[in-house]
Amino acid sequence: MQGFYTLFRKEILRFWKVAFQTVAAPVLTALMYQLIFSHVMARHLEVYPGISYTAFLIPGLAMMSMTQNAFANGSSSLIQSKITGNIVFLLLSPLGPLQFFAAYLAAAIVRGLVVGAGVIAITAWFGMPLPQAPLWIFAFAVLGCGVLGALGIIAGIWAEKFDQLAAFQNFIILPLTFLSGVFYSIDSLPPLWRAISHLNPVFYMIDGFRYGFFGQADVSPWLALAVVGSSFVLLSSLGLWMIKVGYKLRH
Amino acid sequence: MTPAIEIQSVSKNFGTLKALDDVSFRVEAGEFFALLGPNGAGKTTLISAMAGLSRQTSGHIRILGHDTISAAYLARKTLGVVPQELVFDPFLSVRESLRFQSGYFGLKHNDDWLDELLEKLGLSDKADTNMRALSGGMKRRVMVAQALVHRPPVIVLDEPTAGVDVELRQSLWAFVRELNQAGHTIVLTTHYLEEAEALCNRIAMLKKGKLIALEDKTKLLAHSNERDVSFKLSAALPDALLPLKVRDEGQRVVLRLPEIARIEQVLATLREARIEVREMTVIETDLESVFVHMMQGGKA
Repeated sequence: MQGFYTLFRKEILRFWKVAFQTVAAPVLTALMYQLIFSHVMARHLEVYPGISYTAFLIPGLAMMSMTQNAFANGSSSLIQSKITGNIVFLLLSPLGPLQFFAAYLAAAIVRGLVVGAGVIAITAWFGMPLPQAPLWIFAFAVLGCGVLGALGIIAGIWAEKFDQLAAFQNFIILPLTFLSGVFYSIDSLPPLWRAISHLNPVFYMIDGFRYGFFGQADVSPWLALAVVGSSFVLLSSLGLWMIKVGYKLRH
Repeated sequence: MTPAIEIQSVSKNFGTLKALDDVSFRVEAGEFFALLGPNGAGKTTLISAMAGLSRQTSGHIRILGHDTISAAYLARKTLGVVPQELVFDPFLSVRESLRFQSGYFGLKHNDDWLDELLEKLGLSDKADTNMRALSGGMKRRVMVAQALVHRPPVIVLDEPTAGVDVELRQSLWAFVRELNQAGHTIVLTTHYLEEAEALCNRIAMLKKGKLIALEDKTKLLAHSNERDVSFKLSAALPDALLPLKVRDEGQRVVLRLPEIARIEQVLATLREARIEVREMTVIETDLESVFVHMMQGGKA
């Protein structure tokens, strides 16, 4: 347990020491989106009855920032350690695969939640209604960060160079998070794109998260929970397995 | 007694390259053991396999009886490794590096030992300095300290003095010797043969992944039968002995004998030629010459 706790603390310290880049910057980016999109769209759109577009945008932006940062945390930490070589200190230690994985995952979730709280705190001023179902909000926040956190660990172990990781981030994570209904309800999409969006797990994270705020969403929160939960189990098992067999870590 | 390290028919292939080819040997508890060989001989591959950083293709390695694969957790707790490459975490200070490393080994209240390590390695005044701000030699010291946070009974140093100044080398060896005297088993690889000669009791030599020698240091030195003998003579060397001549050293001449027993023959030849021997010195072989000799393919 001490091993897990130590690595977890180190990972927290790692992003906290550069909090300007890892926390403040994504919060500011989300604020920009909020300002620009609500300015451009607010007068033209009401996605859910009784909810302004400005308010609609808040949970989606928060979840998008959370997932992107949860992904970035484990992945960038691991690739930096691999490239600088200091991952050897972990590999020489008796840390078990579960401790190793759980520490990176927990730190990724914490970073995601801190960024999410920052985004909510700063965008709530745009007129966020009182949350309808805080438990759903919490569950999707943790699980959403968990899914992308696990994916970040996988990508960090898999990638051998920074540009491989950047490719993963730009060609997989970015489309998944952008095309997930952050800026729109996918009900407004043509049937084909709507069907494709239903295959995107990030859509369910945002949809479930939004349900917690407004009490209404595109799909049932239980369905969303099932999709996000099983994605989490699947990706965590994969990440754990990679560490256990030493994939690209122990040659 | 359980050997500190037991290496049993270990092979490691990288594609078609045999980095380790059926290597077996044991290091007994309490030994000071050197692993020698030129670059690419397989030393670091072997150490990586001991440390669990890589997995051997076949064979077994046990650290104090713990298999490095089936009992990896215990094997790693028993072993302290100083890797060859200079690596550090740029986010941390010296003390933080050591504290985190202790934590990975499950140790909570380790500050007394860490302070001792810092002091022994001359790092006390750098404890709160960021790793990035340290010189190469200082970073190397921190790596040594990191390998020792859990007081491992078996310590492996992979070329710890490569590129390190003389002062550090000496203080490091004094410290390592102290650890050995306190009962820790030490294995080191080094390019500085005089270090191995001065410090170690037993020596293994690797060449192209194969173990080519494993001996007590004294035996290994004795094995090399060739001896250089330096003579100061009353006259020039007779023609019959010219083939043995290696070089002149001022008034002296150095002959290389295939074995020391040939000295009798040489002396007889000199007597016949009525040449007087004024001085004679047998030049002791050092590890370096044994090493070079073996690496060139000669047998011990």
